[in-house]
Amino acid sequence: MPQADLLPDNLGFYGPYGGRYVPETLVAALDELESAFKKYSQSPSFLRELNELLTLYAGRPTPVYYASQLSASVKGAPIYLKREDLAHTGAHKINNALGQGLLARVSGKPRVIAETGAGQHGVASATVCAMLGLDCVVYMGAEDVGRQALNVARMEVLGAEVISVTSGTCTLKDAINEALRDWVTNVENTFYLFGSATGPHPYPQIVREFQRVIGQEARAQITEQTGRLPSHVIACVNGGSNAIGIFDAFISEESVALIGVEAGGRGDSQGNHAATLALGNPGILHGSRSLLLQDDDGQVSTTHSVAAGLDYPGVGPEHAYLQDIGRATYASVTDAQAMDALRLLAKTEGIIAALESAHAVAYAVALAPQLDPNDLVLVNLSGRGDKDMETIAADHKSRR
Amino acid sequence: MNRIDARFKLLKQQRRMLLAPFVTVGYPNISTSRDLALGYVEAGADMLEVGVPFSDPIADGPTVQAASQIALDGGTRLIHAFDLIADIRAKTEIPVLLMGYANPFMHHGFPELADDLAASGADGLITPDFLPEHADDLEALTAEKNIHLIRFAAPTTSQKRLEHIAAGAQGFLYCVSVAGVTGSRADLNPLLPDFLARVEGVTSTPRMVGFGISTPQHVRSLRGHAEGVIVASKLIDIVQSSTTKTAVSTASRYVSELVDAT
Repeated sequence: MPQADLLPDNLGFYGPYGGRYVPETLVAALDELESAFKKYSQSPSFLRELNELLTLYAGRPTPVYYASQLSASVKGAPIYLKREDLAHTGAHKINNALGQGLLARVSGKPRVIAETGAGQHGVASATVCAMLGLDCVVYMGAEDVGRQALNVARMEVLGAEVISVTSGTCTLKDAINEALRDWVTNVENTFYLFGSATGPHPYPQIVREFQRVIGQEARAQITEQTGRLPSHVIACVNGGSNAIGIFDAFISEESVALIGVEAGGRGDSQGNHAATLALGNPGILHGSRSLLLQDDDGQVSTTHSVAAGLDYPGVGPEHAYLQDIGRATYASVTDAQAMDALRLLAKTEGIIAALESAHAVAYAVALAPQLDPNDLVLVNLSGRGDKDMETIAADHKSRR
Repeated sequence: MNRIDARFKLLKQQRRMLLAPFVTVGYPNISTSRDLALGYVEAGADMLEVGVPFSDPIADGPTVQAASQIALDGGTRLIHAFDLIADIRAKTEIPVLLMGYANPFMHHGFPELADDLAASGADGLITPDFLPEHADDLEALTAEKNIHLIRFAAPTTSQKRLEHIAAGAQGFLYCVSVAGVTGSRADLNPLLPDFLARVEGVTSTPRMVGFGISTPQHVRSLRGHAEGVIVASKLIDIVQSSTTKTAVSTASRYVSELVDAT
């Protein structure tokens, strides 16, 4: 289990961040979820089934791979990749979807709703629901439906209903609004399978618990391969589920630097990025208090990132807390830097990363040359780039 | 005495329910929202709920969402809500409440919020995403200014929690008619009387029913089950389907029909 002081308090707060800022109608459902989670996350039979599915269905453990060509090309500290892109459905999102999907089943909820930005959590949810025999409705912003068309098709083939959300900015933030409205309305028979380390308590804690497997595996694998701990662990952050998943196993190791990488987009002006930890201030969105990109009247800002999965104005409360207490640091990488890193990784290692994960790679290739060769950089390669091929191909064409 | 409490006391003597229309400040524009509010007062409204728009209104259905977006696009800010409340207060002594989501209020600062509410003459504050367990600081600040921080009860609220909520309720309990979001509805939740009876079983605090109350018939059917009703989306629908010239008179006439049904 994580250290006690890194668990939220009984109201769901990590320091000043977290909590439950939701309509009264949802309180009973969140209480029910919390007690189901407490009960089943300690239940041997539940954990046995989850572990079996993670192994035999999702393909875990995913390997840690020494990216020797990439490391040689940038010189400096060696770079290792935690290959979450190799998990079933192509991203780390399946870990949490399996855990929460099983919770939905034991809670007796026949209908599952989910939100999705890049489509990875939507695909993971649709996949798990198909396998467990649950109805699945995925809310997705209309803009994301357009730029992630392949993932929409995947969800539909898997039997999910994809609802294109046309309110507000037509992205992930609005998809979550709409999913919450659905949940308020259908709370009796519906389980909200929340994909990110945000949302009202206990979601940030649940998502961390089901993503902890990334860090647990990576720590054992890298120790076995190199005989030591990494000096730096790097992951992309928006809501922050893959980052908290890999950070978890290293939080208690003070020698390990934890670095989250946000979307720097096109620049620092409002509306051109999604660097919430760097440029946001305290606010309440989607049920929790955290940092938030907002205007001077408390209205939520628009964001931009080439990566649909990083295009959200909020961030998980635990990341805001880790930044406050100095345990993790957060940087940002622009659209162009992420695309350059994606291409470099593809050419040197034959791996096409998701645009989200490419942000972490970009930070790593910039950092490695500044480090000692005895340092060791571990990057969470949270997903694969198939879903982004249209964007990547357009960029490729523009360079010729 | 807070104007909300005074009003309920008066209506109890008159054996009537309280009728509270809702106005989104800035919808369809700032000056018309002011005219609507004053028109509703003229039409006999017992109380007014002034909503400040938010970019991400998770408790609201399409009608209030659309009105909020139009208001924001028109440049509406929190200060316009205080201005509107002050304008209403200059003309009437009926209770006025500010409604809005937690983030703009927190961003404004809770001490500043309490000051501005008091200065504009507001009597209460409604925030649908701010649960009592997180509200201690705000409650202390508003109480100091004799402003009621309204609590919610929902059909899904457990008995134990309902007792806890009711124990600290001020002014009235906002009883959500149905598990769902705001929006006009053809029929009321058939289980609503049971829920309202459950609330009455734990508290003598007045019950205000909101979410979906749309017609005089709805209002009449709640006589004896609640002390008041809030009507929001239906009035916005009327404004939306009227011309700029007729919006205020049409919506105000509807308010007087609702008042007649109390």
